[in-house]
Amino acid sequence: MTMLDDHPSEEASPELEKKAERAESWRGFFTALPTYVFLIIFFVLPLIIITVISFTERSRTGKPVLGEWTLEWWIKLGDPLVRTVGFRSVWLAFLNTAFSLLLGYPFAYWIATRKSAIMRNFLLVLVLIPFWSNFLVRTYAWRTLLDSNGLITSIGEWTGLWGKMLFTEPAVFLGLLYGYLPFMVLPLYAAIEHLDWNLVEAARDLYAGAWKAFRKVTLPLSMPGIIAGSILVFIPSLGAYVTPDLLGGAKTTLLGNYIVTQFKSGRNWPFGATLSVTILALMMIATIIYFRKGGKTL
Amino acid sequence: MKRLLILLAVVAMLAAACSSSSDETTTTAASGGSTDETTTTVVEADSELQAQVNACQPDETDGDLNLYNWTEYIPYGSEAEDYGVTDLVAKFEEQYGVKIIQTFYEDNETMLAQIEAGGAPYDLIVPSDYMVSTMADPEVGLLVKFNADAIPNLVNLDPLFDNAPYDPTGEFSVPYQAGTSGFGFAYAALDEAGIDYENGISWGLVFDPEMSAPFTGLISMLNDERETLGAALKYLGYSVNTTDQAELDEATAILKAANDRIAAYDSAAFDDLLMAGETVIGHGWNGGFLGSYDQASTDDYDAYEDFGYAVPQEGGIVWVDLMAVPITAEHPCTAHTFINFILDAENGGDLTNYTYYMSPNLAAYEYIDPEILGDEMVFPSDETMAKLEFIADVGDFSLNYSDAFAVAKG
Repeated sequence: MTMLDDHPSEEASPELEKKAERAESWRGFFTALPTYVFLIIFFVLPLIIITVISFTERSRTGKPVLGEWTLEWWIKLGDPLVRTVGFRSVWLAFLNTAFSLLLGYPFAYWIATRKSAIMRNFLLVLVLIPFWSNFLVRTYAWRTLLDSNGLITSIGEWTGLWGKMLFTEPAVFLGLLYGYLPFMVLPLYAAIEHLDWNLVEAARDLYAGAWKAFRKVTLPLSMPGIIAGSILVFIPSLGAYVTPDLLGGAKTTLLGNYIVTQFKSGRNWPFGATLSVTILALMMIATIIYFRKGGKTL
Repeated sequence: MKRLLILLAVVAMLAAACSSSSDETTTTAASGGSTDETTTTVVEADSELQAQVNACQPDETDGDLNLYNWTEYIPYGSEAEDYGVTDLVAKFEEQYGVKIIQTFYEDNETMLAQIEAGGAPYDLIVPSDYMVSTMADPEVGLLVKFNADAIPNLVNLDPLFDNAPYDPTGEFSVPYQAGTSGFGFAYAALDEAGIDYENGISWGLVFDPEMSAPFTGLISMLNDERETLGAALKYLGYSVNTTDQAELDEATAILKAANDRIAAYDSAAFDDLLMAGETVIGHGWNGGFLGSYDQASTDDYDAYEDFGYAVPQEGGIVWVDLMAVPITAEHPCTAHTFINFILDAENGGDLTNYTYYMSPNLAAYEYIDPEILGDEMVFPSDETMAKLEFIADVGDFSLNYSDAFAVAKG
């Protein structure tokens, strides 16, 4: 039934349809024009600029020297240091994504299955409330919670389960999980909320258990949400910079910090650009593969 | 449809690329490009400003002052009131009838990028020692030689800062404030570990595994490759400006070994961490620690009884921030008048009473709070002074320092 409802024009005359489609696409083009212009100026162009910079020599102050080309920085990508830093960052981002998903899925499921719309919206607002204050401010708040006199430390000491966490890896992990969980919950919520529950019911009618129905129907149908959420969490975690510095005491070098160093005290803009382009390219390839492989359902 | 869209996108991109490439040319011209033509423009613009500077008279003003300075580095507004010192910004504005437009930066590199991009007409900047040597380098050429005739108060300067390595001829920069980096510490923790601090402390507090063991997880180091690797180099008896890879590797290794004992690398809150008890030993700048000790002290509590600061016996780093006129200046004469104003005895006193940093202004000593002046933490003894080094610009070797720091952190 629904399939037919989605395509009422299928029975209209081909000519009329063509005309309507053309008008529709022009309208679409003009609606999207400001966004295109914005993205070209503020995304595509800067991307081209940093790609060019990654092939230039550096000046004495670390700036790119246009006109003097080199492959030095791309070769430097093979340094063991770059590999170590890169691997560590990817691993941390992966862990954060996995845990966000584990925590976020049941939570999004629970919100999406509340019967009353008011309740659902109320819960969503609660998810969004942290965004009303700046991320940096919230990270500082975590610092207070995790330091020796902090609430979380006191609870841990009282129960004997954990000690002071500030400046440890668990603190970084906790901070990242806290920061990016909403990015996982929101797309998951959207995917689960729009799910056709009749299909789940049908599965149950055909003697699938609750777990099997979830595994065979709910999970595959919410896959676009899972993937979108994972991308939204993975990418910023990979470049995380404030959290490891403030909660981890800047004790390990991650990609984000490593890039910042190149632009500041390292005085090496071209290499900073090379690192940035590499990350962007890898991310873009991953995203394209995903869209090719069936992300079209998004 | 899609094809049309792509075509349009490409056209827009090309158009933007063209306009941006012409922008590029103008920027290169302003900051010293590679072609002959642009080089001449730079020299001309430069010498025009230089001529303007050379014509400045004492106390002359040629407009409002665009001051590009570090945060909390000059007393003004409610801060000045809190510290009970004169509001120097208001005083200058009143005395000369011009305004001071303040802009702030948090590190030398941000300032460098701003001046190099030529985006804003800053008249006066306050770079640190090594940054002066970079900016004054003829190849970089971002500073103008100041006009000594317009700054009669130069006579007040401590000769200690003459012939300094960052500005050998002293033509580009005038000292603003100076200080040292060392350890701030809680006496109680050192007592408990049985460490005698009466006759000086050692960098071993962090680098010697045995001496440092009781402080595991209670130490913070500066998040700055030159400072922190510099500390390791000093502990090993090397120069903080070494360009010998073997020496740097050795320093990297001992810092890496100490990494587990270090709680955090922090250049902004090292004093707060110490005062809050998160650390008992903090590597940081003297003014940062002393300002905090002073703020924590009340009529009933003297923080100086609980906390100390010292430069380790092996020696350490002395730094100086300097006033300089960048090539972006539009009101160089006001800038010179301001430099002269800061070098005035009374104003110099107010400055140090606010920053708790060492004054390069000898005449100011009589206006500096005797407690600050007599404090070896602010004004180190000659014996300590002799063991201190300036951080020098090591050219391309700076890349090795930043990589070494990343390696040491693991």
